[in-house]
Amino acid sequence: MPEQPPYEPERAIAGTGMGGQMDLAASEATTLEQPPPGGPGESGHEASAASGERPRSLWSDAWHDLRRNPVFIIAGLVILFLVLISVWPSLIASGNPLKCDLSRAQEGSRPGHPFGFDGQGCDVYTRTVYGARTSVLVGVLATLGVAVLGSVLGGLAGFFGGVPDSILSRITDVFFAIPVVLGGLVLLSVITSNTVWPVIGFIVLLGWPQISRIARGSVITVKQNDYVQAARALGASSSRLLLRHIAPNAVAPVIVVATIALGTYIALEATLSFLGVGLKPPSVSWGIDISAAAPYIRNAPHALLWPSGALAITVLAFIMLGDAVRDALDPKLR
Amino acid sequence: MAEPILEVRGLVKHYPLTRGILFKKQVGSVKAVDGVDFHLDRGETLGIVGESGCGKSTVARMLVHLERPTAGEIRYKGEDITRLSGKALKAVRRNIQMVFQDPYTSLNPRMTVGDIIGEAYDIHPEVAPKGERRRRVQHLLDVVGLNPEYINRYPHQFSGGQRQRIGIARGLALRPEIIVADEPVSALDVSVQAQVINLLARLQDEFDLSYIFIAHDLSIVRHISDRVGVMYLGRIVETGRDAEIYDHPTHPYTQALLSAVPVPDPEAREHRERIILSGDVPSPTHIPSGCRFRTRCWKARERCALEVPALAVPEQFRDTSGPAAHDSACHFAEEKQVVPPEEAGEHGSGPE
Repeated sequence: MPEQPPYEPERAIAGTGMGGQMDLAASEATTLEQPPPGGPGESGHEASAASGERPRSLWSDAWHDLRRNPVFIIAGLVILFLVLISVWPSLIASGNPLKCDLSRAQEGSRPGHPFGFDGQGCDVYTRTVYGARTSVLVGVLATLGVAVLGSVLGGLAGFFGGVPDSILSRITDVFFAIPVVLGGLVLLSVITSNTVWPVIGFIVLLGWPQISRIARGSVITVKQNDYVQAARALGASSSRLLLRHIAPNAVAPVIVVATIALGTYIALEATLSFLGVGLKPPSVSWGIDISAAAPYIRNAPHALLWPSGALAITVLAFIMLGDAVRDALDPKLR
Repeated sequence: MAEPILEVRGLVKHYPLTRGILFKKQVGSVKAVDGVDFHLDRGETLGIVGESGCGKSTVARMLVHLERPTAGEIRYKGEDITRLSGKALKAVRRNIQMVFQDPYTSLNPRMTVGDIIGEAYDIHPEVAPKGERRRRVQHLLDVVGLNPEYINRYPHQFSGGQRQRIGIARGLALRPEIIVADEPVSALDVSVQAQVINLLARLQDEFDLSYIFIAHDLSIVRHISDRVGVMYLGRIVETGRDAEIYDHPTHPYTQALLSAVPVPDPEAREHRERIILSGDVPSPTHIPSGCRFRTRCWKARERCALEVPALAVPEQFRDTSGPAAHDSACHFAEEKQVVPPEEAGEHGSGPE
């Protein structure tokens, strides 16, 4: 093969011989070389700086973006704080969440007990702080499990198609047909362990088909794009196609659904605990407290509002985080 | 003549039509490509024209191994590449690359231009050493007429024509010998079409490329091609040098196609004859017997329904050596001039 000859600047070659339209084109050729307005033009300094040095990629650009996004910073700080108090609740709460005094049941805010007392006379502030561990653990781990299992299975099924895809689709149909609460009652009632793991396992088991279906559909849409075909024509392997081309373009709906689902999973843990098949009382969780306080909302609303407020802020933080990540992964929004 | 760089023989692609969810039963097949033969010489451009659905794009996709042919051979430098896999396939892919039709879907929106073009070197690391890749990508951008500083931009920051240049740069990255261009300009504005076509023509000289150029726009194909093949319903019905096809078409389908080309000269337009075909293209699941064009042909007789016309020089022209003596799959081929001849004759230089 010959070495590449030097580039000659004449671009629009004269003499198209294709009638009037084409002659017009030649005269316009130079102007059309300019970047479209609002596009590359606005970042002239960046272009000159970037020409030789730092190669950029989607992930480095996304991270660069996220660090400047106030939504991401706020959500990240909230989540960091939640993780911190989940690991060391004693940092900000000195009391014992299990030490209750029935004589103070449903009392309001007192010095040293800013959130008041619940129906059993337990300190709401201490319980809310200690409850974070269970709820965050259930929410985060169940969502991670569901998202990983669902997107891997759904993504592979969508990408490869054929018989495995048909089988997987029928399996997800079966799981969709199982009512969550009934399934929880049946499956979790046989388990005696009073830890979060059976609850997380149950949520992952029933939750993955939802993500799997979304991931599958998203992958099928994306894989038909010409850029996937182009990479295939270059000789790209299946794993490269999936990781470099399909996953970044198919992940947005999964992120949205997963972050919304995180809130529902925390609430689902509460529901199961309320029904007596999730965590049982010596454990502390927002779900247990919310369901315990719900009947007394007229007498002692604070006992309900503080743990549900904490739950709402947690869910919101994760949704905001998901939103920020999704936007950062879309170069068009930059 | 030297050995052709690419030779296609009896290329067939049938897509099965199945019924049933669990137990699939084949109830027919879509005959997208149904026996196509052609060859491509080094450094030449073969244009393939035909209306939508005639199988042009399927041929292109088989050439770059995005589809496996049902039957037939694709010979690259004499070696059949249709059954290759693994390393051997990867090596052939280096030499046959594709430029896609739609520049808006053919570039990954989440990759920078540098990554899109440079991906070729990640897949074929032997082509360029790691330290040199970025420089090579910038050189390619320069070659296709884009600013090398755009390397860190994303596709959405470019116009359609610029995007197609990026697509061309990606096709060139591995220094292929053959480029299959599947309607590379049909998604672009007319004014930008000329730029891209001229770019392709310049690159052909610069990089010693051979093109398979697929389009439905006859004037563009004429502009860039050395030889032209006209496809109808999965087969090539007429093929020859561009002047033979455009100025001396012998197949009625080619004549009908050419009569639909807009003529810029109003005087000439008055005198020309328009051939209006009746009916629609038959479904590729039920291809007519004999000559597949007979259902819409004004010359069709009984013989056309019985005998499949071969793609060869028609009997009546066999002894002559004029421009009408080129391959045409018609029993009743006759020469008919439907477009006013271009003064400049050979392709390329038109009136200034």
